[in-house]
Amino acid sequence: MAHILDERQLQVSVAGANERTIDCNKASLAGSVSQRACVFCGSRVVLYPISDALHLIHGPIGCAAYTWDIRGSLSSGPELHRLSFSTDLQERDVIFGGETKLYNAALELIEAHKPKAAFIYSTCIVGVIGDDVERACRMLEEKTGIPVIAVQAPGFQGSKKDGYKVACESIFKLVGRINKPIAAKSINILGDFNLAGELWILLEYYKKMGVHVNATITGDGRVEDICNAHNAALNVVQCSGSMNYLAKLMKDEYNIPSMRVSYFGIEDMSDALYDVARFFKDDNMMDKARELVRDEISRMMPALAWYKERLTGKKAAIYVGGAFKAISLVKALRLIGVQSVIVGSQTGTPEDYELIKKLCDEGTIIVDDSNPVELSHFVKEKQADIFIGGVKERPIAHKIGLGFCDHNHERKEPLAGYEGMINFAKEIYATAMSPVWRFTSPQPSPKERETGENVIF
Amino acid sequence: MLRTKNIISSAPSPLERAGERYVSTRNSCKLCAPLGASLVFKGIEGCVPLIHGSQGCATYIRRYMISHYKEPVDIASSNFSEEATIYGGSRNFITGINNIIKQYKPSVIGIASTCLSETIGEDIPGHIFNYKEANEKTGAKLPTFIHASTPSYCGSHAEGFHNTVLATVKSLAEFENVRNKITILPGMVSPADIRYLKELLDDFEINFTLFPDYSETLDNEYTAEYQLIPTGGTTVHDIQRMGNSKATIEFGASFNKSFSRLKDKSSVQTAGEWLESSYYIKNYQMPLPIGIEATDKFVDVLKTVSGKELPEYHRKERGRLVDAYIDAHKYVFGKKALLYGEEDFVTAMADWCREIGVEPYFVKGVDFETLREKADEFQPDFLLGNSKGYYIARERKIPLVRVGFPIHDRFGANRMLHLGYRGTQELFDRVVNALIEYKQENSPIGYKYL
Repeated sequence: MAHILDERQLQVSVAGANERTIDCNKASLAGSVSQRACVFCGSRVVLYPISDALHLIHGPIGCAAYTWDIRGSLSSGPELHRLSFSTDLQERDVIFGGETKLYNAALELIEAHKPKAAFIYSTCIVGVIGDDVERACRMLEEKTGIPVIAVQAPGFQGSKKDGYKVACESIFKLVGRINKPIAAKSINILGDFNLAGELWILLEYYKKMGVHVNATITGDGRVEDICNAHNAALNVVQCSGSMNYLAKLMKDEYNIPSMRVSYFGIEDMSDALYDVARFFKDDNMMDKARELVRDEISRMMPALAWYKERLTGKKAAIYVGGAFKAISLVKALRLIGVQSVIVGSQTGTPEDYELIKKLCDEGTIIVDDSNPVELSHFVKEKQADIFIGGVKERPIAHKIGLGFCDHNHERKEPLAGYEGMINFAKEIYATAMSPVWRFTSPQPSPKERETGENVIF
Repeated sequence: MLRTKNIISSAPSPLERAGERYVSTRNSCKLCAPLGASLVFKGIEGCVPLIHGSQGCATYIRRYMISHYKEPVDIASSNFSEEATIYGGSRNFITGINNIIKQYKPSVIGIASTCLSETIGEDIPGHIFNYKEANEKTGAKLPTFIHASTPSYCGSHAEGFHNTVLATVKSLAEFENVRNKITILPGMVSPADIRYLKELLDDFEINFTLFPDYSETLDNEYTAEYQLIPTGGTTVHDIQRMGNSKATIEFGASFNKSFSRLKDKSSVQTAGEWLESSYYIKNYQMPLPIGIEATDKFVDVLKTVSGKELPEYHRKERGRLVDAYIDAHKYVFGKKALLYGEEDFVTAMADWCREIGVEPYFVKGVDFETLREKADEFQPDFLLGNSKGYYIARERKIPLVRVGFPIHDRFGANRMLHLGYRGTQELFDRVVNALIEYKQENSPIGYKYL
């Protein structure tokens, strides 16, 4: 494949065609125009939704400016997370050090906003100029009495995924600071970020089952709940790429078991409920879960069947941040008759990609840490009709006349849970069936013009 | 429960500095310099920008620009690792350049530095020199390299933009004796503004080079294929031949000079000033032509350099604008506008506001939260600026008329016109209608006529 750089050949695979495991978990290649961001980004997006914490970014202005209100993570209470704070380092700070500025900036902000904790993010140059952020955090903690956590996230110290790990470590520094008795059958929800209020849908399901949700990490997250997270009986982990590490830390330290789930699509959503009931070995809970699933599915099946009838035969390309989400998407698309012909992610593990390979039809292209050149080739090659990705993938799809579904941070419609599945089908349908695609053919043939037939589909 | 103490109670720490307020930036108005550089590089034909730093810089800037332009924005990164940060980024630089050439076959690579590469002292001109030396022997045709120094701890995206225009002109423009063209440097304007300027200069039958021209690269038609490098942009050849201009027209007043790292601001140069001092090309420097007075000034220069009168079509546009001013003057008179954005853009907008009887309010070099606090004092009737001020407008329940960059919550930002009689007409209609709509929506009875 000529459009793939030599160093990246092993990061692309085809389902069914070869047994080779995809090469992943590595730094992006210089000059490849990766769709990934950096360590800072990884830590920032994970911690971002903790809405009663102060998030202060220590560095020059860019990192804070580009992450201001970046994620549609909703909060049922405080909205401090939606503000963007920066020490805005200047040249003189770079020369003489920015520690004093950091300390005073943080102090001033803590005084003004009275957060329950503060996260201080170190960006690229902070380590290089030798600021002792840990020391400043210790002093701030001493002074203000709230937890002040140094998030060591210089962009160059790995990839976005390493940033997830940094975020997990930072969250873990809060865990165990409070001991508050909670219900026995309680879980923490890890890895849902409450985009478009998705977490609230899940809370409703678990409530119906009689499961107590302790901490939500980090969607609609609160410092106090996180501090008490070690008292839950189980960690239910979605977006495993970002949160597995926290689950592991909590298992090692507090012996809390965890399970991997996904809330996208009917199958995975239902499993997420059943698995929790199974964990608590509670027949009553299981009955309630079954009842809930039965109700929801019987309510939505006619609508899904309607979409499936119309969408069958369409082909989709998936390129998203986490591979676990990609897996759910393949299954969810199958429910509405759409075949996945390209499946890729920024941060998948070998296990994720093996799973994808098994799940997908023969010939599906599987790719790790792709770029616009590759993606645009792949969708042409596989004649995809729809692209599912994030903000940076949208113009790739649109410029070549493909429908697009945003499955990333900016979305305003919930796509998780049962009602999310309907929203998802609706959105796929809306993009696939829009009449505008008939204009995307450079020169429609006379016959097409005559019959008004859709040129692309 | 959490340990709670009276906040800020114990003895002062050795890091404490008394008496200083707002050492933090809260909801920044400015963006970082490499963004401005990337925008300029997108305005050069066949160019792929490379940001020499961590992967995130390129990705964040791409995302930010994509959300505004709704177009592909491919920006490469040299993807610094820990090793590169300690031992230097030359290997990443070489790999990056090689891979850009392999994937994109560019005719130009525009390289912007970052806070990281500047802090560790990367010698980018040295890297370029070494790369060329190592690869020219092979006989391969190498792209043109342009380098702009854009550490994000100096100035903002506006300064990054101006520095990159200057760096490009300095590195490419050659001295010539024949002078028959006009160079126009419009600054950070919209694709629609660039298209308008080109149309106006064409109508004046002026032979010109406009730089940077991202009117097509960042606002392209539907292409059916993914153009690795979108068509359009100022050609390297035209930039090289800027030396054959008899005059430069450069929009801007401050060029963010006050944010420059040089203490002596008089020694900070713009591209137009550099062409004047080095190649003796007359520089007509003027505010962005927003409003009748500012556009008249611009048109006067066009008349002078072309020896022609304002073409009839444009004269009528001016006439219709005057007519519209008269018809709607009462709806805007005495209203207060809160402005924000790039300094040159804001001062031009402020002049226009005064021209139509609107009182402009703005504060230099502040963040959005300061502006939000100031709004209590100013009591503006509407906001005039990019989409990031929306939350202030929402809180105050007043209209926001979206102009400039970025506009992330609406469509059509690249088609938004601000310049000339035509752009002023659009702005005027939008401001008038925003105020009328506001009044109508808040009226207890509602009405069908003005």
